[in-house]
Amino acid sequence: MSTPLDSEGPAAPPRSNGELVFAEPWESRAFGMAVTLYEAGVFSWPEFQTALIARITAWTAAREHDEPYHYYRLWLGALEDVLADLSAVSEDEVIARAQAMAQRSPGHDHRDEVPAQ
Amino acid sequence: MTTTGGPDESPSVALRTEALEQLLTERGLIDPKAMDAIITRYETSVGPLNGAKVVARAWTDPDYRRRLLEDGTAAIKELGFSGQQGEHIVVVENTPTVHNVVVCTLCSCYPWPVLGLPPSWYKDPAYRARVVREPRTVLAAMGLTLDDDVQITVRDSTSEVRWLVLPERPPGTEHLTEDELVPLVTRDAMVGVAKAATP
Repeated sequence: MSTPLDSEGPAAPPRSNGELVFAEPWESRAFGMAVTLYEAGVFSWPEFQTALIARITAWTAAREHDEPYHYYRLWLGALEDVLADLSAVSEDEVIARAQAMAQRSPGHDHRDEVPAQ
Repeated sequence: MTTTGGPDESPSVALRTEALEQLLTERGLIDPKAMDAIITRYETSVGPLNGAKVVARAWTDPDYRRRLLEDGTAAIKELGFSGQQGEHIVVVENTPTVHNVVVCTLCSCYPWPVLGLPPSWYKDPAYRARVVREPRTVLAAMGLTLDDDVQITVRDSTSEVRWLVLPERPPGTEHLTEDELVPLVTRDAMVGVAKAATP
């Protein structure tokens, strides 16, 4: 379990104003999707926030963890929950698509090499 | 949440994110270009500098300071910053005897319009839990040692209220202008885990 006392790493205490807010590119995409969908009126912010709190609460309550706490992983889970509730995208669809993407040749796993649309 | 099994069975979270984005794009629910613009806005345009301007104005303009403490949302809007999520920003003042520090124990609510996106430590469960239980110890570990006679108030954010700390104006800055004060106001000072920098 990390503590706020870490001197480096993702849970390191603040040392300057310039800390990166996203550790990995997918985190910014997960963030961007939620805010874009909210701004487009697909769901309200409290709806998303409630789902996020539920995910965080469940993680905190779980006795055993396969992996360390990861805020944007829970954020993505909350986003999937809300979209599933709206019947916009189901979890099965996301998994099927991701598995299909995993079959791509290795060079195609870099975003920049995938055609934009 | 229920995903188990090895890497062959459960796609990486990066792939899963990409898959979701692709599905949403195909269904016309998001426009990746609009989304890029939103991400850029939060990564570069919205940040602690907005909050620093608010604090520097409050340090130099007593009337503004009064308005800010009375109605943070409205006073912050005067400077052109307003929230995306419609939350109320409540500003609390640090003094030589009272120190406020902000947390969101439920999730990671944060005053985005004035501070940008939260840093990773703010979202960490250890910070969220420990700063409530033992704020003095956590602050000391983060480099801020407060005298025992300073009262620490932990402000827990909710979906309705986002807290912003108005730090003390550092000693020896009486001659500085508002613009010169802005760089002294760090994000950490506005969360209450540090004091404003000295020139």
